[in-house]
Amino acid sequence: MNESNGTGTTPMFEIDNLHAEIDGKEILKGVNLVVNQGEIHALMGPNGSGKSTLAYVIAGDPRYEVTEGSIRYQGQDILEWSPDERARKGLFLAFQYPTVIPGVSMANFLRMAVTNVRNARAAEAAAEGGSAQPITPREFRRLMREKMALLKMDDAFATRYLNEGFSGGEKKRAEILQMALLEPKMAVLDETDSGLDIDALKVVSEGVNNLAGPEVGMLLITHYQRLLNFIKPDFVHIMTDGRVVESGGPELAHELEARGYEGLRSRVAEASVS
Amino acid sequence: MVAKPQVDIGEYQYGFRDEEDYVFKSGRGLTRATVEEISAMKDEPDWMRDFRLKALEHFQKRPMPNWGADLSGIDFDDIFYYIRPAEKQGKTWEEVPEYIKNTFEKLGIPEAERKFLAGVGAQYESEVIYHSLREDLEKQGVIFLDMDSGVREHPDLVKKYFGTIIPYNDNKFAALNSAVWSGGSFIYVPPGVRIDVPLQAYFRINAENMGQFERTLIIVDKDAYVHYVEGCTAPTYTTNSLHSAVVEIVVLEGGRCRYTTIQNWSKNVYNLVTKRAAAYKNATMEWVDGNLGSKVTMKYPAVWLMEEGARGEILSVAFASDGQHQDAGGKVVHVAPRTSSQIISKSISKGTGRSSYRGLVKVYKGAEEVRSNVVCDALLLDETSKTDTYPYIEVEEERASIGHEATVSKVAEEQIFYLMSRGLSEDEAMSMIVNGFIEPIAKELPLEYAVELNRLIQLEMEGSVG
Repeated sequence: MNESNGTGTTPMFEIDNLHAEIDGKEILKGVNLVVNQGEIHALMGPNGSGKSTLAYVIAGDPRYEVTEGSIRYQGQDILEWSPDERARKGLFLAFQYPTVIPGVSMANFLRMAVTNVRNARAAEAAAEGGSAQPITPREFRRLMREKMALLKMDDAFATRYLNEGFSGGEKKRAEILQMALLEPKMAVLDETDSGLDIDALKVVSEGVNNLAGPEVGMLLITHYQRLLNFIKPDFVHIMTDGRVVESGGPELAHELEARGYEGLRSRVAEASVS
Repeated sequence: MVAKPQVDIGEYQYGFRDEEDYVFKSGRGLTRATVEEISAMKDEPDWMRDFRLKALEHFQKRPMPNWGADLSGIDFDDIFYYIRPAEKQGKTWEEVPEYIKNTFEKLGIPEAERKFLAGVGAQYESEVIYHSLREDLEKQGVIFLDMDSGVREHPDLVKKYFGTIIPYNDNKFAALNSAVWSGGSFIYVPPGVRIDVPLQAYFRINAENMGQFERTLIIVDKDAYVHYVEGCTAPTYTTNSLHSAVVEIVVLEGGRCRYTTIQNWSKNVYNLVTKRAAAYKNATMEWVDGNLGSKVTMKYPAVWLMEEGARGEILSVAFASDGQHQDAGGKVVHVAPRTSSQIISKSISKGTGRSSYRGLVKVYKGAEEVRSNVVCDALLLDETSKTDTYPYIEVEEERASIGHEATVSKVAEEQIFYLMSRGLSEDEAMSMIVNGFIEPIAKELPLEYAVELNRLIQLEMEGSVG
């Protein structure tokens, strides 16, 4: 039912019949989704439909147990990979509620994250006969300042403790900054637009659009059409009760805006009866 | 669903030992003869020999303290109380026996000395085998010697203060130290002299079953300033060693003393230390106390605020990993009005480790308008580690402002997951959280020591998960 997988080649990112539970309660009940390189997908759905759970499971959150199905990235099953392995291989999750780490400065944290991911990438490139250099401290500082400027973040941000005392908007920017520095190949953004005023939304969207490109796949989880005015998705999916129940082009988001989830739900119900 | 990484258990880096090649080594055990022999070898004045003998008598009478950590593993008859490793003290590293010099090279002391220290004392077993002080400071009248030389060269100054801040009968281990003390530092900073970079002492135990009993006396005269740093390591043996120091500090009017310890004894050392300072009018005393090593540490650096305007600050970090008990904290005694103090304690426990905060804030009658604040935070890294808190507050004066908060927290799974989702391994994530936890104290340290502290914690954290 997913139209983006029509090429016959291995998709970059493929979720197949994914079931996951937390504390014995099943949240994901057979999710199917394919994201190819260069595609931006939006995942919409009502509260409690399992969107955030899907995001956490993709990132490898140990609280969730996958009971059935698979997630394949570049042809490999990633479910046995630890969260850091996933990050090093190019997966990224922008958290809806980033965690506070007291006493750890943004700069120290980012340097370690970027160094680890770059080193892994360099090692991978070397193993494949190519070459890529790990990042030098000097290069890192330059890169961090450049990305912070793009996101209109003050220099003082680098010395603040990770997410401590950050406003809602600052947290979201910090997540996008991390994404910009780690340069993932497959990024999942969990309600990055929530709690942002229109100016902040523009800045954050710009950050996302900067990363988007022919190499990168993206999954935007959102409640609102609003974000999709700034980031144009190629595909839109609707999730309810732990499954993707409807997929389509950008027009689906508009339809959703007009009819609401109830309206769509009744249409889906009709479709499944007929 | 996440495979836990397999990592090696972090190894103690300084557990190596040298072959013994000593000038003198006492027999095991402690008798009156041992004490007399030590005093005679040092050619001490009568008052010091008498002080030692009185202390010995008190030590033998006094029962073992039973209110704190378990000390049943100490066998006083099995310990060597005095070892003289070399004939004389070196003024240059070339004059130090080759193997001892190599040990200090491995510990990075000569390098640190070249880079950022104003003076260095290096103690190996019972004696300070190397001592240096920057020439310009010597010219300004700063005295930085080992304690034995202090007694010989500045008898009046030493006699005036020695044993006055911590009397020989203060506690069992202060009595033991008073009886058999050897080495340690003697520092005098003349009025108005502010020493811009730290003086450092380094203590190394090498022999098995060694008892090291250094004795330090620091006098900071009016409006003077000194930052004194001590570090310590020992080889890893299956049997126990004992380190029992006494540190006395006097800070006169307007003076300031900061005393920083990075304690990294091997995990077979009982570290039972008495440290106390007296701060006079408008003087400031700061203890920065980092306890990472040892089997058992009992140490509560104290400040007595003797006159108006005096301030005391104690920053304590303890890391108790498998098999360790860090019983640490601080004591502040407000004797005079309008004095202020702060105690910040951060402890981390891991595996079978246990850390205890033990602290005292005492305000004497008549010490009006005293302000004191105590914060102690404990971090548990897993389900098995333990922490406890014994905050004693004794206030005899109504007009006092005393604050106390204590927290115990666990590393949250979601913090680990968040950091791992950015490419940090589980170990790295754990270390980062722990380093963040102690950051409020690490940032008070000179950069070199902050880096050292972080590095040591990193080592302790290796193998903490998986």
